[in-house]
Amino acid sequence: MQYIPNILFAILLIVGIGFFIKNIRKLIRNIKLGKAIDRSDNSALRLKNMINIALGQSKMVRKPISGLLHFIVYIGFIIINIEVLEIIIDGLFGTHRVFSSLGGFYSFLISSFEILAALVLISVIIFWIRRMILRIPRFWNKEMKGFPKNDALYILYFEMVLMTLFLVMNATDIQFQEANSGNIISQFIAPLFNGFNAESIHLIERTAWWIHITGILVFLNYLYYSKHLHILLAFPNTYYANLNAKGKSDNLESVTNEVKMMLDPNADPFATPVESETNEVPEKFGAEDATDLNWVQLLNAYTCTECGRCTSVCPANLTGKELSPRAIMMKTRDRIEEIGKNIDKNGQFVDDGKNLLTTISTEELWACTSCNACVEECPINIDPLSIIMDMRRFQVMEKSAAPQELNAMMANIENNGAPWQYNQLDRLNWKDEE
Amino acid sequence: MNVPTMAEMLAQGKQPEILFWVGCAGSFDDRAKKITRAFVKILNKANVNFAVLGVEESCSGDHAKRAGNEFLFQMQAITNIEVLNEYEIKKIVTTSPHSYNTLKNEYPELGGKYEVVHHTEFIKTLIDEGKITINKEKYAGKRITFHDPCYLGRANNVYEAPRYLIKELGVNLVEMKRNKSNALCCGAGGAQMFKESEKGTKEINIERTEDALEVKPDIIATGCPFCNTMMTDGIKNKEKENEIKVLDIIELIANAQDL
Repeated sequence: MQYIPNILFAILLIVGIGFFIKNIRKLIRNIKLGKAIDRSDNSALRLKNMINIALGQSKMVRKPISGLLHFIVYIGFIIINIEVLEIIIDGLFGTHRVFSSLGGFYSFLISSFEILAALVLISVIIFWIRRMILRIPRFWNKEMKGFPKNDALYILYFEMVLMTLFLVMNATDIQFQEANSGNIISQFIAPLFNGFNAESIHLIERTAWWIHITGILVFLNYLYYSKHLHILLAFPNTYYANLNAKGKSDNLESVTNEVKMMLDPNADPFATPVESETNEVPEKFGAEDATDLNWVQLLNAYTCTECGRCTSVCPANLTGKELSPRAIMMKTRDRIEEIGKNIDKNGQFVDDGKNLLTTISTEELWACTSCNACVEECPINIDPLSIIMDMRRFQVMEKSAAPQELNAMMANIENNGAPWQYNQLDRLNWKDEE
Repeated sequence: MNVPTMAEMLAQGKQPEILFWVGCAGSFDDRAKKITRAFVKILNKANVNFAVLGVEESCSGDHAKRAGNEFLFQMQAITNIEVLNEYEIKKIVTTSPHSYNTLKNEYPELGGKYEVVHHTEFIKTLIDEGKITINKEKYAGKRITFHDPCYLGRANNVYEAPRYLIKELGVNLVEMKRNKSNALCCGAGGAQMFKESEKGTKEINIERTEDALEVKPDIIATGCPFCNTMMTDGIKNKEKENEIKVLDIIELIANAQDL
């Protein structure tokens, strides 16, 4: 009978981690639904970016207040997790604070965990105040309704509860308090339980311990359903991010082949196209659906934390246009999720009559000035502009659906080599006009 | 005005040091043509051995590409590359950040590999090499703010060359609250120049003009013909055209030398 808690704990751990792994595999499969793009080059620079930007949070401090608060929560998250290791060992083997044999070093560790836990608690409360009381505009754009809004709050509440449980667990650990070493914060919480008898205090301690570890496992599994996935995906996302100058947009290779053929004076204009042996559908120009995007763009979509820094600097959004780079990322993620669920249900993708354009309007696409402010601002190098560009390409090259004025501009380029109706032969007239 | 073309150069058996890519705006837009001429004046003053393509230049294709028309862009690019390679061009300077960006970043994969510099970078080199000195008297003490073009700044990380030149003018360079990598777009990029903006509450160039007005400049300096148009329109909209001038950095330098 005495092993029941250990067995229960082992089951809890296996279920929690097992379910998490299952979802991560699904996530990887969904990302791989994207088209191929080679990002295997320059691994040294990629690693450096990942260390600076994801691990070192270098771009977060562009906004100093949220940057600092985020840094505290991030450090707290990483370091306090060392404590989870002890909890797991204790849980599985029925030990109590197995690392306490480390003596003074253990006290040092626990003290720092307690300080961090308190700081995280304070930071998370400030986050909540910024969101709900100060109502910072980027948290209240129209895409932040319903689940996205609640998601952010659930995460804050989760962290508040987990940190409180951690401190209460320490405060009600009679042995630990009696040792009076490492209880730098919890010693001030312990007196709250003075009126309780030893048995009740122990019960509170055990309850806090169990809810704490269960909470961590639940939170781990919540990640997949939440914007909070960034705590994992920020690392691959910064590693695989674009390394070229931001101004460089890719040249579609399928287009290059056709253009070269068109311009080749030796090509036979009346030749019948070569019959494809595999009978495959010719590649689409641009993106109509999430699976027309490349896997890095899909990874971007899953990594997005919906912080809205991109949208808060977008010139189109700032001047009241429909476009929000964050919404582009969210809609892309929701669509690839939908496609993933479709595959889970049917074994393979069955046409559902929807695509990215079901949720992303052409009004949004045409409002972009391609200024790269969103790309520059993203703390983890997400590139909303590349998705907008790929979707514009589909609009123009597959549907011939550019705004009328742009069609006129492009017709001019085609006819006379300038976006306006001027004769190419007048191109040097400026030199004699003064 | 002495503007040799590549065809003339070739006929004389000469090869210029650098090709000046004028761009569509620089060739046809009345306001931008002034920027083009100011730049040529400086090139001639510094005895730079340059040439233009003249009627053999065609649209770089940037606006078509940003509009999503990759076909048209590559048609333009590959045609231009044939001409540039035929003339064995090695180095290109341009007054348009849009041509600059696409020539520098997007032409190489299509077979056009050149060293491409923006005119502000090029003038800075001329100063460093002692080929030109900037007169500090004309604009001494004026308040000048610089509007970063997206395709020069964020797109290619060129922030210092334009500022270096402005400081060389002996003026008081005042930064807008949003500057360098945080600069706000003028609203013209991504082919917006050629269409009405989408429905909204404000025009982007007005928002950006307000950024500039906040720092009470005498002059708004630009480094892009499209930004110049947008900021000029913004200043007119605010009825400030009598107090505040919108000028390309190269115009400031040419004016300072009384060219």
